[in-house]
Amino acid sequence: MEEVGLLMQGFAVALQPDNLLLMMVGVILGVLIGVLPGLGGANGIAILLPLTFAMSPVSAVIMLSCIYWGALFGGAITSILFNIPGEPWSVATTFDGYPMAQQGRAGEALTAAFTSSFVGAIVAVIMITFVAPVVAGFALQFGPPEFFAVMFLSFAAFVGMGRGKPMKTLAVMLLGFLLAAVGMDAMTGQLRMTFGQTEMIRGFDFLVAVIGLFGISEILSSIEDGLRFKGQKARIDLKVVLRTWAELPRYWLIAARSSLIGVWMGITPAGATPASFMSYGVARRLSKHGKDFGKGRIEGVVAPETAAHAAGTSALLPMLTLGVPGSPTAAVLLGGLIMWGLQPGPMLFVEQKEFVWGLIASMYLGNIAGLIIVLVAVPWFAAILRVPFSIIASLILVVCAIGAYTVNNAEFDIVLMLIFGVIGYVLKKLDYPLAPLVLALVLGDRTEEAFRQSLLLSDGNLAIFFHGWLSGSIMALGLAMLAWPLIGAIWPRRKAAAAA
Amino acid sequence: MQGMVSRRQAMLGLGSLAGLAAVSRQAVAQRSWEPNRPVQFVVPAGTGGGADQMARVIQGIVSKHSLMRQPIVVVNKAGGAGAEGFLEAKGARGNPHLLIITLSNLFTTPMATGVPFNWRDLTPIKMMALDEFVLWVNAQSPWQTVAEFVAAAKAGRLRMGGTGSRQEDQIITAALTRATGAQFTYVPFRGGGEVAVQLVGRHVDATVNNPIEAVTHWRSGALRPLCVFDGQRLSGMDRMTETMAWRDIPTCREAGLDVEYLMLRGIFGAPGITAPQIAFYVDLLNRVRETPEWRELMQQGAFNTTTLTGDEFRGWLEREETRHRALMQEAGFLAGQG
Repeated sequence: MEEVGLLMQGFAVALQPDNLLLMMVGVILGVLIGVLPGLGGANGIAILLPLTFAMSPVSAVIMLSCIYWGALFGGAITSILFNIPGEPWSVATTFDGYPMAQQGRAGEALTAAFTSSFVGAIVAVIMITFVAPVVAGFALQFGPPEFFAVMFLSFAAFVGMGRGKPMKTLAVMLLGFLLAAVGMDAMTGQLRMTFGQTEMIRGFDFLVAVIGLFGISEILSSIEDGLRFKGQKARIDLKVVLRTWAELPRYWLIAARSSLIGVWMGITPAGATPASFMSYGVARRLSKHGKDFGKGRIEGVVAPETAAHAAGTSALLPMLTLGVPGSPTAAVLLGGLIMWGLQPGPMLFVEQKEFVWGLIASMYLGNIAGLIIVLVAVPWFAAILRVPFSIIASLILVVCAIGAYTVNNAEFDIVLMLIFGVIGYVLKKLDYPLAPLVLALVLGDRTEEAFRQSLLLSDGNLAIFFHGWLSGSIMALGLAMLAWPLIGAIWPRRKAAAAA
Repeated sequence: MQGMVSRRQAMLGLGSLAGLAAVSRQAVAQRSWEPNRPVQFVVPAGTGGGADQMARVIQGIVSKHSLMRQPIVVVNKAGGAGAEGFLEAKGARGNPHLLIITLSNLFTTPMATGVPFNWRDLTPIKMMALDEFVLWVNAQSPWQTVAEFVAAAKAGRLRMGGTGSRQEDQIITAALTRATGAQFTYVPFRGGGEVAVQLVGRHVDATVNNPIEAVTHWRSGALRPLCVFDGQRLSGMDRMTETMAWRDIPTCREAGLDVEYLMLRGIFGAPGITAPQIAFYVDLLNRVRETPEWRELMQQGAFNTTTLTGDEFRGWLEREETRHRALMQEAGFLAGQG
């Protein structure tokens, strides 16, 4: 096992005291960045990148990648406590995490989220350690048709599972696609639906919409409910961690499945956000308690968090081996590699062994450090819910506004956020589900792109999606998923009859 | 290994610091203007791309070598293929604390989208470098030379992958069509790294990636360069593969393909800034260009290190604008041409 030897050398690099210190600094910064909605891992790393100029490349990448791990952990915190996803990939965590917090189980939800993030990351790192070259070759199989097939599968795993009426789900999903289409059309280089307004050129950023739809509308609802947070009586002590841990092994199958989904989505490289949605959808489909999802099931936290972290971690693999970033954050890290005088791509593993294995070793250590830090902080995070609503709501509003501004450094986005807040509130009152809208908004762009790229390649022939064995089988899987609700509609009834 | 790297960096750093300290003390005394608050450095492109990298390298160099008392803050304004960033700079008339780094979208974005903006709305400060383009094919493809490639392109429509739509990569593709008569199916992708990998995976037949985007795949033996779209050969003499250095790639003209294209990497200021303000930034950027970090970036990316300022730079911009308009008109890429 050559890898083990190299990994041990990597640990020797990563365990140097100054590197350990940078690791802790990185994780803590990352958690803070993850907590602030809008200021994502990509922005945070981009801001700190010039500071790393004077460091050795391996120390620099250790610090920056630890910011990344921290942000992956931190994104879950506000999703669970306030229904405000700190990062795109924690949107799916709000579906069950927030209801859990409302039931006074915030500590439990946070512990489950952090622990499953850790599991996902470790699975991905082990994969990177031992099968990197094989997997890198697999990523090369992905052209536009394969990419579209993966996106199609994400949608298929997710639709038809909302609690709302199917037509309402469809309506909000189409609204999401419509909003995603505003701005620059990447295929023709033309502006679409901007109505000559400069502010519209940017399009609707997913994060701005999500902060409004989830965060602001939640505050509006809370005001209506009498100015208080539900679940403020949350017990806060570290024992909650141990209690939750005792419960978690039960969900090993979900964790294993979600890790696989995540690793696969990270490599392809579709990224952490679709991975979290797909994994949530699949977990709900395959669970006996599927219809309780969205009301505070712990599986609903485990599934997306495991997948998101597995995808976020494995997204670094195509960056290192092919020079293609699997996520926006990886894109910034990639720029960093070039700044530090390294060439990302196939030669990196050959020529910069120390750098690569130091980074991989720091992935193990950084995630362990991250887990310890966030778990110790669980009681404090949960205690935030005890602060009187009138104080915390105004703080959240300010943080949301800063977050929305930070995404693009645009004041107009704050206005947009407020508008989305009202839209979100109205949609909730009318019992329209928000998740399909968000899904369409976040994946709409990439899906459309892959679709049109494929059609360019095939001269408009739709059969291209079924030509390759890879795209063909993914598409078939997606179609099966779409048809599932029909099967599912008959299945529970039969089971119920049998039980009676 | 790590020890060696950091020692080398430390030595380079120390040497240049000592030199620069002496220079900057002199220069500070002579300056008639200098920024009195942080300078916003607008990048009209997303994080992680070539322009963003260059802006952040400049930011890093300025802070590492203390070339300026105030910090530089990099801000990405990528909306509408950079239109957002350009419009912001255009609207900041007379603000000396704003810089913007530009690429070819300085010309292509307003032409393709009709956004009310032109390079004359900004103050040209300095051309930092020109980015090269190379014609790449997969190493397993049968095309060893430009002639063979052109023959294949004429025989059947080849798929050309590139970054963005109606931007530099597609303009070069259109110029190829004009020079050879061969039609290509152009497929736009998000970024140069992605384009190169699509070629390695043989999802497209050729690309015109910048050297830095494709070099690692070349060295690993997955891609083959056919020619470089410059008037002269690239300068890198170090062996990148067992047989070739950058210098060994023929120019397209040598190979019988009369297409030349270079992409601007230039720095502009807001409209209406004063001569002393321009002079300050020209001086600052001159000193950035003298640092070892900058030279390393230039070498890595096999950049054409031509630099221009003042009237020469303006003249170059005017010629390029005319050329872009002609190329885009011919290809039907201008706004309203459909």
